[in-house]
Amino acid sequence: MTSLPARIMRAGRYALAAGAAMLFTSVVAQAQVAPPPGPTVDAIKKRGMLNCGIDTGVPGFAFQDNKGVWHGIDIDYCRAVAAAVLGDPDKVKYTGTTAAARFTVLQSGEIDMLVRDSTLTFTRSTVLGLEEVAVNFYAGQGFLVRKSIGVTKAAELQGATICMVTGATLELNIADFARSTGAKIGSLLFEKPEEAIAAMEAGRCDGYTDDTGSLAGMRSTLKKPDDWFVMPELISKEPLGIHTRSGDPRWQKILFWLDNALKSAEEFGVTQANADQMKASKDPFILRLLGVEGETGKALGLEEAWAFRAIKTVGNYGEMYERHFGPKALNLPRGQNNLYTKGGLHYPLPIR
Amino acid sequence: MKILRALFGSRGNAIISLLMIGLFAWVVPPFLSWAFTHAVWDAVNRAACSAADTGACWAFIKARFALFFYGVYPEGERWRVHLGLALLVVFGVGALFSQRRRGWWLLGLMVLVPIADAILLIGGIFGLRAVPTNDWGGLMLNVVISFVALGGSIPIGIALAFGRRSQWPVIRTLSTVLIEFWRGVPLLAVLFMGLVLLPLFLPNGVNVDNLVRALIVMTIFTGAYMAETIRGGLQGVESGQSEAARALGMHEGQVNLLIVLPQALRLSIPGIINIAVDLFKDTTLVSIVGLFDLMGVVSQSLKDTAWTGLAAEGYVFAAFVFFFSCLVISLGGSVLEKHFSTAPGAAKR
Repeated sequence: MTSLPARIMRAGRYALAAGAAMLFTSVVAQAQVAPPPGPTVDAIKKRGMLNCGIDTGVPGFAFQDNKGVWHGIDIDYCRAVAAAVLGDPDKVKYTGTTAAARFTVLQSGEIDMLVRDSTLTFTRSTVLGLEEVAVNFYAGQGFLVRKSIGVTKAAELQGATICMVTGATLELNIADFARSTGAKIGSLLFEKPEEAIAAMEAGRCDGYTDDTGSLAGMRSTLKKPDDWFVMPELISKEPLGIHTRSGDPRWQKILFWLDNALKSAEEFGVTQANADQMKASKDPFILRLLGVEGETGKALGLEEAWAFRAIKTVGNYGEMYERHFGPKALNLPRGQNNLYTKGGLHYPLPIR
Repeated sequence: MKILRALFGSRGNAIISLLMIGLFAWVVPPFLSWAFTHAVWDAVNRAACSAADTGACWAFIKARFALFFYGVYPEGERWRVHLGLALLVVFGVGALFSQRRRGWWLLGLMVLVPIADAILLIGGIFGLRAVPTNDWGGLMLNVVISFVALGGSIPIGIALAFGRRSQWPVIRTLSTVLIEFWRGVPLLAVLFMGLVLLPLFLPNGVNVDNLVRALIVMTIFTGAYMAETIRGGLQGVESGQSEAARALGMHEGQVNLLIVLPQALRLSIPGIINIAVDLFKDTTLVSIVGLFDLMGVVSQSLKDTAWTGLAAEGYVFAAFVFFFSCLVISLGGSVLEKHFSTAPGAAKR
């Protein structure tokens, strides 16, 4: 028989442990279901700074120049949003996010939006509770292969070995593709793209697979780019775009319509250079877009010149693409990233 | 002649020597030709580099030198980084080589330098412009993290080491659990936890700076290793020392602080230097949680469309910088060892 005080002590210890456990689980549960911090726009305005989550470096989407200034189509989106909401495209704090941490960083409220060449998928929408606001780049998984193996279609890759980076959806897509077509494709996995490319050039594999945007960038780094070609065929759909936390529709609408405005600007021929003159246009659509007529800004809770400022900052969608993927940059044909009027997939919804 | 005999004395040795010479002849000349003879030092981008010659494109390193060392720390404010580094070096050298006032230099290094450097680098007071830690980067970040983590981990390590030897079971268990937990978890995992889990527990709107999180994690992590190194030192102090001190009428605190600890630290120097070198290299892991330290900046620079594909140049440069830095730490350590005569072969005082 243990003495009474000892039993009380032990009971107290259990209670304490149980209490601590309960407190811990409730904190965790709360953190998971808690609504996001207030309306995002108010927080951004109060802070005077947009917190934008970006990639830690990928050609065309986000990279620093020699001076450390960020460039890329994702960066342009951050700047356009800052221009529309705050009136100053430089009021952006860029947070580099890795593939593993990106969505948690977004959920934690550390960033207001994530534009990080991230694919919009079912799981990310439903399980992770994120909103997929807009697609700023249609990519797909493609192949960069040695010309000498004489293959023109992905289905002919039977028996070939492909180098790739581990951890992303690349392996999964290859496996799906192999299962659906019955082709046997060997894969060689690497931690970094540079390693995979080096192995490929050394002849350890016949090709390299990645998203189209990255493939174009990689081909430009090869010792003999002419020995290799990018297959036109894609084996997966990778719509890359803007993610936000669920629960702030007002903020999502701003991002959604800003994306539409940048693409509409291209459709209606409004550019960074001619935006001022276009204010005198006779087309009511352009006048609404530039905030001369209508009350689009009021409806979004922004100033009327929101879209005008964004266009003045980064140009229309076509100009952004040209800057980062055009012939002078990565030289990636626009393909699916053209407007619907030119055979692409970008179909801006009417702003009226 | 002695060398020749050593290398080719027996048949086995001769074969190994020939193989090694062959390996060198196979590897070194191509490397030298790549790194020096055919290297390009001035070019505006990679295309210009490849057009000029076939070797290494050091123009890439040259163009991004500032980025590699300071990150995007504002150009006009970089004198603050230089001054901070100068303070660190002056006090470091003073603490290593000063014969008489070593204690004062060491005190300055542990107290004055951190405060002065924090003021210099962060700014926001005394008319210095505030520089957000988001703009810190490159080698500067590696040095800051190493210095803070090392400085912070020594007191933590001492406390935990004594804690683990304590006669009170609660303190002993607590210290043991802490040490074993932090030593048992991979650094990368704790860094991720700090980055990813901490914000979920904090109240909304409260944001701990990314760098501060990394600093806290690195400090505690290093502290756990430090504790074991120092505990090893504590065990190396002969029990006669503390018995003699007690016989002189010292109480337990005095015995530990004045007699045991100084001798234990002296014995721990090689281990501490080892931790410092390890720590310095481990700081590159922060690039994985989105901080742009030297490795982060290098791999990020490879993504600039003007320079893509220069991985070899970038990583060779990073390796060189890290090797050089670690060499400095090691040399500093051996100076300390000589002074305290813990190095093998040194005369006992």
